Amino acid sequence: MLEHAPAPAAPSPAAEEIRDVVRPFMGLEGPLLPMLHAIQEVWGHVPQAAVPVLADLLNLGRAEVHGVISFYHDFRDHPAGKRVLKICRAEACQAVGGTGVAQAVLDRLGVDWHGTTPDGAVTVEPVYCLGLCACGPAAMLDGRVIGRIDADRIAAELGVSA
Amino acid sequence: MKDFIIPQFAPGDDRDMGTPARNGAPVSLTIDGFEVVVPEGTSVMRAAFEAGIEVPKLCASDNMEAFGSCRLCVVEIEGRRGTPASCTTPVTEGMIVHTQSAKVRKIRKGVMELYISDHPLDCLTCAANGDCELQDAAGQVGLRDVRYTPGDNHFDPSGTGARSQSEARLRGGVQANPQFTPKDESNPYFTYDPSKCIVCSRCVRACEEVQGTFALTIEGRGFDSRVSAGAGFDNFLSSDCVSCGACVQACPTATLQEKSVAELGTPTRSVITTCAYCGVGCSFKAEMNGDTLVRMVPYKHGKANRGHSCVKGRFAYGYASHKDRILNPMIRDTIDEPWREVSWDEALSFAANRMKNIQAKHGRRSVGVITSSRCTNEETYLVQKLTRAVFGNNNTDTCARVCHSPTGYGLGRTFGTSAGTQDFDSVEQTDVVLIIGANPTDGHPVFASRLKKRLREGAKLIVVDPRRTDIVRSAHVEAQYHLPLRPGTNVAVVSAMAHVIVTEGLMDEAYIRDRCDWDEFQHYAEFISDPRHAPEATEALTGVPAADLRAAARLFATGGNGAIYYGLGVTEHSQGSTTVMSIANLAMLTGNIGRPGVGVNPLRGQNNVQGACDMGSFPHELPGYRHVKLPDVRAIFEKAWGVEIDSEPGLRIPNMLDAAVEGTFKGLYCQGEDILQSDPDTHHVAAGLRAMECVIVHDLFLNETANYAHVFLPGSSFLEKDGTFTNAERRINRVRKVMQPRNGYEDWEVTQMLANAMGAGWHYTHPSQIMEEIAATTPSFAGVSYERLEELGSVQWPCNEAAPTGTPLMHVDGFMSGKGHFVITEYVATDERTGPRFPLLLTTGRILSQYNVGAQTRRTENTVWHDQDVLEIHPHDAEVRGINDGDWVRLASRAGETTLMVKLTDRVAPGVVYTTFHHPATQANVVTTDFSDWATNCPEYKVTAVQVSPSNGPSDWQERYNEQAERSRRILSAAE
Repeated sequence: MLEHAPAPAAPSPAAEEIRDVVRPFMGLEGPLLPMLHAIQEVWGHVPQAAVPVLADLLNLGRAEVHGVISFYHDFRDHPAGKRVLKICRAEACQAVGGTGVAQAVLDRLGVDWHGTTPDGAVTVEPVYCLGLCACGPAAMLDGRVIGRIDADRIAAELGVSA
Repeated sequence: MKDFIIPQFAPGDDRDMGTPARNGAPVSLTIDGFEVVVPEGTSVMRAAFEAGIEVPKLCASDNMEAFGSCRLCVVEIEGRRGTPASCTTPVTEGMIVHTQSAKVRKIRKGVMELYISDHPLDCLTCAANGDCELQDAAGQVGLRDVRYTPGDNHFDPSGTGARSQSEARLRGGVQANPQFTPKDESNPYFTYDPSKCIVCSRCVRACEEVQGTFALTIEGRGFDSRVSAGAGFDNFLSSDCVSCGACVQACPTATLQEKSVAELGTPTRSVITTCAYCGVGCSFKAEMNGDTLVRMVPYKHGKANRGHSCVKGRFAYGYASHKDRILNPMIRDTIDEPWREVSWDEALSFAANRMKNIQAKHGRRSVGVITSSRCTNEETYLVQKLTRAVFGNNNTDTCARVCHSPTGYGLGRTFGTSAGTQDFDSVEQTDVVLIIGANPTDGHPVFASRLKKRLREGAKLIVVDPRRTDIVRSAHVEAQYHLPLRPGTNVAVVSAMAHVIVTEGLMDEAYIRDRCDWDEFQHYAEFISDPRHAPEATEALTGVPAADLRAAARLFATGGNGAIYYGLGVTEHSQGSTTVMSIANLAMLTGNIGRPGVGVNPLRGQNNVQGACDMGSFPHELPGYRHVKLPDVRAIFEKAWGVEIDSEPGLRIPNMLDAAVEGTFKGLYCQGEDILQSDPDTHHVAAGLRAMECVIVHDLFLNETANYAHVFLPGSSFLEKDGTFTNAERRINRVRKVMQPRNGYEDWEVTQMLANAMGAGWHYTHPSQIMEEIAATTPSFAGVSYERLEELGSVQWPCNEAAPTGTPLMHVDGFMSGKGHFVITEYVATDERTGPRFPLLLTTGRILSQYNVGAQTRRTENTVWHDQDVLEIHPHDAEVRGINDGDWVRLASRAGETTLMVKLTDRVAPGVVYTTFHHPATQANVVTTDFSDWATNCPEYKVTAVQVSPSNGPSDWQERYNEQAERSRRILSAAE
């Protein structure tokens, strides 16, 4: 696994619980990604225990499931903070000062990319294009996109004092 | 799609052509000014190789589909824009290709520079030095400099900007590099060094496409991409990896590297030979440094394996140089004495005198031989000749007695030949595969890989087996029907399938009328249509749901080319021969004999079981399956050998042991077989051996049988002799000597010396002369000679005037015996029944990493996968007995008892338990009974009524046995 931060101890769900979560997707064509999203929805990350369960259900090698999970940075191997802030680092946002904004946000929160604040409130992640190039620099907070960000706006959104 | 097939090459040319061969219509194109004609669908890269033009490549290899990731093989094609990858571009008529323009040279150099920017410059000290495709490709593209400054990389552990790992060591670990991952050395035979990986995905694709295990993946993306075995928490050993070596062979760098090469250096010469493990008969290149074997590499033109291998053939050869090997002859007066090392002369004259004295006192028929299915055809032939021409009787038998003798009988009765009907390539054209009582992923792994490939292409699978074996369900392969029958009910299940086919009118009547005896068929149809054979009627008996069985029968009858593969789960029963005949009936009913993609295919257990049977090892048959009662057959050999041959069939192994206990059989020459461990009812075997006056064991090791021997003649390994093995597809493959025998003599020489010590006067100087004698006396081998084998690589018998290059498919234009014979196959329950004292059914088998009695594999690193026999039991059966996973249990039957560790699994049904027989510490055959096949005496290993109960250590018997074994193995060296 690609480790970016020490994984906080997370309770590992039982195989039967995982099966219950993904069972509705069994009939789909290409069900692995929807299953992984569902798992992350429930547990906030894709626990390692899910790998052999999914491999068995879909009759894949464990390695293949691991290959898919690790390919997508969006799937995390440990739970994130309470809120997840994704800041765009792609070219268009960089061109309108995204790099500086991002650094200011990180500094204010006292974390690095992929880091979580010590109180577990916020996790900051890079993202490469949110499709919001006309309103850059852009970010996404808990799935909601925000355009024309600066450090103050993000702080306000997060409810963090300046 | 015939990915493994590389047809048009001179022997010995095993260049990698980049992409698989194709079979399309001819297409002509021009490459660098040369006109080339290749089949449609061929890649531009392969076409270039055909023309002798090598295009630089890294991610392409001709045993897997093109991938197009390395971008090194780019070419220019007139009239097309850009620079397409030659591996993924198929040829078109009139295409004009340039492989060496200034533009592609520049691109290749740039690509290579990027590769090397993240690869250590340790070439001189690298294990792949001289055997590295990255190194070769860098040379081909003319890389002269790497202009990138050291930045993020995977190879420098120190993080100081060192360009090589050795430099990093000198600079010291000032600052660790988080991208650096140390070597994974968990596999006993090879290492995975991520710092040398170029992420070409060849290993991942080899694992998927060639082996079919799907144990590897690329984890992460972009610069983070690395090869990963299993999931993130796995290493190679804990992953699904079966250590077949396909990834190691595919790796273009030292990332996946044999430990033996790292230790011994790159090999300097190679000899093509044949693996001495299972009946698949894989061809290997034994790669050598002087007389040291560096590694075994599967030979891509081997027609059985097509360049693939398994963990045994590829890696488990260490037994040949194991310290346990006995290299000097030894004798002793009684089995209670320690062994005395003596000269060959003394040992041979001791043995010869004893045998002669026994014959003088107890008669000509009081001695006999057991031939080995692990030795060559020539050696086996000499051993049976020893008993027939020198001892003057027909007391010869072989381990096929205990495995595939019912195949010989059953297929002989129905088809007229005692062998499988197909070659292994046939599986590539199969539509429905029916596997009965075979576990190919463990027992015949290379064939299993070819089978799985076909299944992934869409062929259907039916498995009849009491256990849920891996082939029933594993990554990307799933049987349409698994019929988990109760052990011992094979005939009932196969007959029920035939019942469905006949009563529902699904048989191929035109085929039957044309090829088979119609009167016999009508008689059979009447018999099999009886409602007592209906799946509904037999369900209670067999435990197979009637609906599944009906559906499986319909699928087999109507699904296209139907092929049956079976193993010892069919033969090792009291009705083994009946099951073989019922399988033959099923194939004839559905018209599935006589063309590619169909057939009846016994999966032979040992490397030369087929050959040992062919060579006249049975007491009633001279070479070529001809009965000793026939005077004209005897006349052929009497003329060749200058002796009179006994017209009475001799004793089978169980009869020899019975006669020994009765006191009428006193002397035995046993070559390369461990009957004490492998044969059923160990107590009885031990009693028989103990009663003999002269037991001569000819083997690599002091095996269990040698505990009861008076003479030990050291044997030679397959690396140390010339000869031939015949595999399950009747393919005669050459075994070539790659080093001198460590014991001084090849096994055929030892047999000859023993014969001559008894006055035979043989004077063979090379096994080719023995093959000449076989060809001269045996019609199906008439065209076989070492020259012919040299020329063709291998031949499948019959090879004679009618078929000078051999016979890949049997019964093409009609059965060898004229018409195919339907035989009535009435199910008769075995006498071995469960009851209150022994309520469970034990069935035995083998696993991937071990082989037979384990004499070879137990003396290799393969023990990391299987260091003891364990008993598989269903959790329900365990729970009612108060047994937990990993407990030590007592396994008892009417015949005896032993103890071993238990494993809880739902692979076996409730009421069934399973174990292997690889370890003498367990001696699973103490438990098996002396029930056997009605026609051939093949023991009923697969059904024993047993009880399992908690235990706290080895049984009294095991302790006594181990004590006796230890005492009996004492050796006084010659000096003492």
